[in-house]
Amino acid sequence: MRTALSWRGDVLVAALAFLALAVPAFLLGLPSVLDFVVRFAIFGLLAMSLNLLIGTTGLVSFGHAAFFGSGAYAFGLLMQSGGWSIPAAILAAMVMTALLALAIGALCVRLSEIYFAFLTLAFQMLIHSVVISWVSLTGGDQGLMGGIPKPPFLGIDLGNQGHLALFSLFCLLASVVALRQIVRSPFGAALRMLRDNPERAAFLGLSIFRYRLAAFVIAGTFAGLSGVLMSLYVSGAFPTFLYWTTSGEAIFMIMLGGITVFLGPLAGAAIFLVLNDRITNITEHHGLVMGTILLLLVLGLRKGLLDFVVDAWRERRERRA
Amino acid sequence: MDLGELASCLGSASCVVTQVSAGLTIGLLIFLVASGLTLIFGVLGLVNFAHGTLYMLGSYFALTAYGTTGSFLAAVGAGAFGVALVGLLMERFLLSRIYGTDVLMQLLVCYAIILILDDVVKIVWGGDFLKMDLPDAFRRPPVIIAGGIVPYYYVILFAITAAIAVILAWGMGRTRFGRTVRAAAVNPGMVGALGINTTAVFAAVFAIGSLLAGLAGALSAPIRSVVPGAGVSILIESFIVTVIGGMGSIWGALIASLLIGFTRSFGSIGFPLFTEGMMFLMMALVLLVKPSGLAGKPHA
Repeated sequence: MRTALSWRGDVLVAALAFLALAVPAFLLGLPSVLDFVVRFAIFGLLAMSLNLLIGTTGLVSFGHAAFFGSGAYAFGLLMQSGGWSIPAAILAAMVMTALLALAIGALCVRLSEIYFAFLTLAFQMLIHSVVISWVSLTGGDQGLMGGIPKPPFLGIDLGNQGHLALFSLFCLLASVVALRQIVRSPFGAALRMLRDNPERAAFLGLSIFRYRLAAFVIAGTFAGLSGVLMSLYVSGAFPTFLYWTTSGEAIFMIMLGGITVFLGPLAGAAIFLVLNDRITNITEHHGLVMGTILLLLVLGLRKGLLDFVVDAWRERRERRA
Repeated sequence: MDLGELASCLGSASCVVTQVSAGLTIGLLIFLVASGLTLIFGVLGLVNFAHGTLYMLGSYFALTAYGTTGSFLAAVGAGAFGVALVGLLMERFLLSRIYGTDVLMQLLVCYAIILILDDVVKIVWGGDFLKMDLPDAFRRPPVIIAGGIVPYYYVILFAITAAIAVILAWGMGRTRFGRTVRAAAVNPGMVGALGINTTAVFAAVFAIGSLLAGLAGALSAPIRSVVPGAGVSILIESFIVTVIGGMGSIWGALIASLLIGFTRSFGSIGFPLFTEGMMFLMMALVLLVKPSGLAGKPHA
């Protein structure tokens, strides 16, 4: 009963958030605002899905962009082949990403900590090089060119920027509600136990391998969805989607926002995008500035901004009590 | 895929000699980078994701030193010791602050270092492909062994890298410093209690690991093109080597490096598009059959 109530509560909050974000965006009607909404939805979803691994399960993946890129390529290729409606292609792309995550995850989640991080990075680079060298299918270096057809469905025309912004926002919020349900379910509690004390979890009879693999596949599938949104946004798919820098950016977003707070990665994605735009406007030495900010954040705060705020707030409340 | 060609190559002595020499050279260069990575991991418990970036920096230092002095020795020295200094500064000011913290912190600090160094390189040397000229002293006709052509520079490379491998094995196995380092890898607290400055040992190990990466970068500058971001592919190769050989094991790293070198040199004849896949396949096999690597101790 309680879970049912919280499920309804989450949907209600998500619906309110949808209105709160969509209405002002549309009243302003600025293309730049709509553009930001789409990018926020894409990278917010990517960061949220990654945090299911990093924050909840304690598995630091450095190859999450593999699934982001695969979702984008799978969707793009399906739509270009013709005969697919957008919802069917989205589902198919998510299924393909899930299968890929199952195969890669089955190897990677056997190892913990640093090995896991490196192994995910390595497999991502393998997929990257396959995409680069399989020119006849993927377009190689150039990426998937020629645009992606967007036939309207249910009165939604994703070629229209406003429709795309609403649709992306809807996908983001639906996924966030689903992720929250997962994190709060008994399954999510088991993942947290695996993070905090894997030996104890194993003694209690949980299969570490199965739970970690399940988390890996779920996270990969949502990353695939954000990749689909990305390919809709840029009307193509490019090798940079699967490059390690994209994974690095996703981790950067999580770190900016916060690891322990559920919505931290969303805040992080928003901060990252604003920072990114500002820095690109000011200087071409983008990596230098972003790297310095990251160093200051990691060595100075040692946690994300929201983690810091929440901890400070808790401390203050405890001192009063 | 052309396995027939591979078979005919294996049938001719000249082709085998050429490919073996190429494989040895590639493998030993990877070994220099991978041994630094595995050494640092073994002692400091830190995987240096920025190790490939140090390799790239070594190439650039060598390029500039060679351009100003015209001496190959100065180029290699600048690459090796310049990068050792950079590594030392990195360890002292950044990485030493995160020892004992979780993987995420290590990863983020290294990621930030890669971002910064890649950009610094772009500012100083520009973003274009560069290549170091081969010194005149090495512009000699190739050595011919059993009809197989071996470029003269490969012979030099082989001599240098093999000498380094021997020095490394001897230094780690037989010297007092090597024993201290191995002891610090097992129990740093005990080593510290015996009055040895473990902070200095850690810094020295990181500097040596960086030196090896810089040396490999400098040596490869005449045969590989130098470009910002070039560090990632060698990082992945060294990682595959450390997984196959076993994290923390120098001998494992040597065997695995040669394995990767031969896979690349013979693979370029038999299955050029699948060489990279082959390396990953070997890694996956090792992970499934013996997750601790060929020569590694079991890990959690």
